[in-house]
Amino acid sequence: MLGFVLKRIGGGILTLYVIATLCFVIIYFTPGSPLTGERNMPPEVLRNLQRAYNLDKPLHMQYLLRMKGYLTGDFGLSIKYPGKRVEELIFPAFPKSLQLGGLAFILAMALGIPLGILAAGYQNKVPDYLSSSVALAGICLPNFLLGPLLVMVFGLYLHWLPVAGWPEDFSGEELLKLLLPAFTLAAVHVAYISRLTRAGMLDVLHKDYIRTARAKGLDAQTVFLKHALKNAITPVLSYAGPMAAYIITGSVVVEKIFNVPGLGQHFVDSALARDQAVFMGAILIYSSLVIVFNLLVDIGYSVLDPRVRLT
Amino acid sequence: MSDAPAGRSPTQLALRRFRKNRRAMVSFWLVLAVGVSTALVPMVSPHDYRSQTLERSKEAPSGTYWLGTDPNGRDLMVRSFYGGQISFAVGLLATAVSLVLGVAYGATSGFVGGKIDGLMMRFVDVLYGLPNMFMVIIIMSLLGRNFLVVFMVLGCFSWMTTSRIVRGQVLSLKEKEFVEAARGLGVGTPALILRHMLPNILGPVIVYATLTVPSVMLQEAFLSFLGLGISEPQTSWGLLISDGAGALNPLRVYWWLVVFPGSLLAITLFCLNSVGDGLRDAFDVQQK
Repeated sequence: MLGFVLKRIGGGILTLYVIATLCFVIIYFTPGSPLTGERNMPPEVLRNLQRAYNLDKPLHMQYLLRMKGYLTGDFGLSIKYPGKRVEELIFPAFPKSLQLGGLAFILAMALGIPLGILAAGYQNKVPDYLSSSVALAGICLPNFLLGPLLVMVFGLYLHWLPVAGWPEDFSGEELLKLLLPAFTLAAVHVAYISRLTRAGMLDVLHKDYIRTARAKGLDAQTVFLKHALKNAITPVLSYAGPMAAYIITGSVVVEKIFNVPGLGQHFVDSALARDQAVFMGAILIYSSLVIVFNLLVDIGYSVLDPRVRLT
Repeated sequence: MSDAPAGRSPTQLALRRFRKNRRAMVSFWLVLAVGVSTALVPMVSPHDYRSQTLERSKEAPSGTYWLGTDPNGRDLMVRSFYGGQISFAVGLLATAVSLVLGVAYGATSGFVGGKIDGLMMRFVDVLYGLPNMFMVIIIMSLLGRNFLVVFMVLGCFSWMTTSRIVRGQVLSLKEKEFVEAARGLGVGTPALILRHMLPNILGPVIVYATLTVPSVMLQEAFLSFLGLGISEPQTSWGLLISDGAGALNPLRVYWWLVVFPGSLLAITLFCLNSVGDGLRDAFDVQQK
């Protein structure tokens, strides 16, 4: 177990290194400089600016300096916000994205699994049709469409929910601001998870051990929730890894729609403004999140299914 | 299918199964209708997708502007359908790119086999491991935002599954007698792959391609929504929805800006996925 974790962490660091290098190379070889977007400036100023951002040095020096920076926790300077360090921009924003994503993750599980269980329990009856309609909506309403629609209906017409912003404290009214963005982010995954749970349950319910459990007189609820669910849930768990990655990408859009001051805003802004250091910092944080999460999923997998050996 | 006459090919049988799937057939005609109207509407409409009438900004649907106007006073109907053209074009072209790459890569890997095969598939594994959308965003943000870049980049990041499918098929076909026979008759490698193997792996490849189209269209819309995809004066469904979302405010709700391009996108995604699922079910060998 420990060996596995260490190996995966090593692999993760390698992946991060590859991503950082790839980003760096692509950015370096793209024509034009991020500084030339500014108004015409005297050559001395330009030279000083280039020096400040290490842009006057040859490729390998820039690369080594950047990598050394990452090793010592120095993410570099922002170009768009002069005088700001990348850490100052990213680190306050990151927890908000993480909270939003985490909430969406929990919401997707908390809605999707029961919906799937219901659908399996009432196969080809109303709850089943309900869950397949939800799944259908999930396919054809991507988050960047669902978000504005929810804002329109629940925020602007019905006035039930706040439409944008981030909670300033932990009062109920402020926390309501999280509801629409988190749901928008979770919706597709609610659909997916409910389908996976349903399929898994239907698959498992025909197994012999379930018949045994029923035959020895256990009530339906125990059979369903204790015996069947544990095995039916493994496909959901293996979906959790990719889902985390989707939620992270999705949060970029959702943060834009709902005006959440998270990492996604910096990511998009820096991509548009070609603010290299911020952009790379955001990419690296997102990627590490995906890597860490996939590791957690694999560990969870072995806990749930002892046959899975971690090697 | 016991009443099927003996002389039907598996493809004909699969198409027959597909035609019996009502949801897939309805979806097929519907998405065809949407596709054709994206070509026709901009042609017959009296409005141009670029011409702005700033004093008629954000007008509700009316007799002149059937679907209303956008914040720059442009006709939303012609823009929605013109944007659809771009969305469809990106979806189809990117899928074509991914098909060519995936088939070439997978066929080579499977045909050559051995160490090179192992190496080539390791590379595919690595690509799977990368956060795909981020790589696309990195490249898009740097190469500039135009039509050509959008579909090339999206195509270049969606060929991996195709290559895996093709490789698996080629590996199993390589051992078949008819391939050996063709080789014995002196057929060269390129002809062997193109004439003898490719027709046999076309089924699963086409099925997967029909599912790639909506997924690429979705990615294009996603990028354009963020301002990293198609850029003005061209437009696409993602960009139109983004404009609509940007115009939402508590004072007056310009619902048509979101609802019309949004429903076109939703209908298209739904239909293409249904057609893809239908084809997958129809061609699935195990289901016979």
